[in-house]
Amino acid sequence: MQQRRQLDEKQINRELLNGNLATPKWYYPVMGVLGVGVLIGFATILYMFNRGLGVTGLARPVYWGLFITTFVFWVGISHAGIMISAILRLTQAEWRRPVTRAAELLTVFSLLTALFFPLMHAGRPWRIAYWLIPYDWARGIWPNVRSPLFWDPIAIGTYLTGSTLFLFVALIPDLAILRDRTTGIKKTIYSMLALGWRGNPRQWQLQVVAGILLSALMLPIFVSVHSIVSWDFAVTPAVEGWHSTIFAPYFVIGAVHSGVSAVVTMMCLMRWLWKWNNYIRPEHFDALARLLIIVATAWLAFTFLELIFSLYGRDAPEIALRELQIFTWPWNLIFITFLLTGYVIPVGCWLFKSCRNNIAIMFWTSILVNVGMWLERFLIIVPGLARKQVFVYTWEGYWPSPVEWVILVWSFAWVSFLMLLFARFFPLVPLFEAKESQVFTTEMKVGRATVPMVIRE
Amino acid sequence: MSKISMLGLYDNPDSAADALDALSEAGFDSNNFDVLTGTPYPEGAFGEHVPQHRLFRFPLFGAIVGLTLSVFLTSTTQIVYPLVTGGKPILSIFAMLVIMYEMTMLSAVITTVIGILFESRLPNISMNVYDTRITEGLIGVSLVCTSDKKETAERAFNGSGAMEIKSSGR
Repeated sequence: MQQRRQLDEKQINRELLNGNLATPKWYYPVMGVLGVGVLIGFATILYMFNRGLGVTGLARPVYWGLFITTFVFWVGISHAGIMISAILRLTQAEWRRPVTRAAELLTVFSLLTALFFPLMHAGRPWRIAYWLIPYDWARGIWPNVRSPLFWDPIAIGTYLTGSTLFLFVALIPDLAILRDRTTGIKKTIYSMLALGWRGNPRQWQLQVVAGILLSALMLPIFVSVHSIVSWDFAVTPAVEGWHSTIFAPYFVIGAVHSGVSAVVTMMCLMRWLWKWNNYIRPEHFDALARLLIIVATAWLAFTFLELIFSLYGRDAPEIALRELQIFTWPWNLIFITFLLTGYVIPVGCWLFKSCRNNIAIMFWTSILVNVGMWLERFLIIVPGLARKQVFVYTWEGYWPSPVEWVILVWSFAWVSFLMLLFARFFPLVPLFEAKESQVFTTEMKVGRATVPMVIRE
Repeated sequence: MSKISMLGLYDNPDSAADALDALSEAGFDSNNFDVLTGTPYPEGAFGEHVPQHRLFRFPLFGAIVGLTLSVFLTSTTQIVYPLVTGGKPILSIFAMLVIMYEMTMLSAVITTVIGILFESRLPNISMNVYDTRITEGLIGVSLVCTSDKKETAERAFNGSGAMEIKSSGR
């Protein structure tokens, strides 16, 4: 069935700017609830800074817990943007058009949120400048460039800067549309942000080339970021379950799985909240679900490879760790839940076209994936440090405290708050992409069927 | 002779392409007129001449700068604060490679964005005559010429089916 509709530019402007030129009824109540969540979260963080990390569940031997798990989780979510935007742009996938902006935005805000967690985890964040910036010249203390904990902020800083610039460059033509549709102070601000964009052929040509060039530059950064995050663990020989050669590709593919699922969640919400049914269509969910089946299966293969490699070595502490992860309460429950939510249930659903085209099912399965992916990171980080080995008497003893759970919930409220704040002032679906799709797509009769035909330069 | 800026508005790409031909035939230099659209059209859709850009030089330049800076940062950091580990050399090449890679890419991305803005001639603070309906589907053909050529330009615009002609003096 042909889902695409022929739309004129006026209609595209009116529909896709419906959240920018007017405020939807649900907007302020939702922002109010999220704002309260954000404030509670910040108050909890300040309480923790005041009292120290003793209010968390962190204690010997588990010093990396929920904060680092959530850091890895949000870095993983950030891989949505470049996966969707860059790879699909480079391959000229037509269905990328309504998705790219939201994916890039998710990258920026989830990375910003991820950065909070190592800072909080440090306990006294104002003191970690020594770790990153050689500011204390008198004492001659310099950052240790050999440490993966130094590589991490360099990689994430690069990714965040690149993603923000990528987002801004693609936003310029849409800022010009907003400039032309607003008055007063709003017009002045949009005019400044649009930088005097006029839409001549040279500017459009550069916009297209920029999309391809920046995609090509961002892709290697995208791969490196989660590889480097994985090396935080993988280059630690002393911790069983962390010291693995496959961690870099395993983390990258896991990040793509959780990131693309988060984009699906966002697309469902965008369709429901702003009624963008003409732009975010079941065919887009169908394409994303097909992509996710492949990504999820590759990720599952890495999960089993990691288990097989560790068991094949017959190293007693390694086997004891796996026994803890898979068979010991409550880790066994977490393990089963992670497998069911991260793969079995969602992929089982996505195998059927009726599920792939059902927005509600796609929404809930994408949420399940991210529940599973958070649990996966928790299962990697905590049991490894718990050191279940012979003659070790403290091999268990970490469970996140209420303070940590509140901060976890805060991170979701914070990302949602930022996304909605952005959506109030800037379009979440690239208008020029939607318009370009109308110019470059036409309909063709084949026998009695009418099929879409995409023109490619 | 004072310069003026003119804008012809069209409701379809064919008429806009005809306007460019008409302006060329009327003797206007192709560097002085331009097509303005709210949508990216295929290259050459209006028969326009788009000069070759040099965007690809920017990331290369940025990468060289980033690589040089990162080699300096990583090597001097380790030399100034030497940590002898297991009797191995002070400069740890693998660790340096990670930072060198990231800084090279970061610099390449930043210079690419600078290049995009430079090659797109942005920011453009002296906007000529413009119409907000261009971002609603109309196609504008803008022209900068001397005031004595105004009537010739109007004839070219009208002859190709302009819906409206706007002009402003500078």
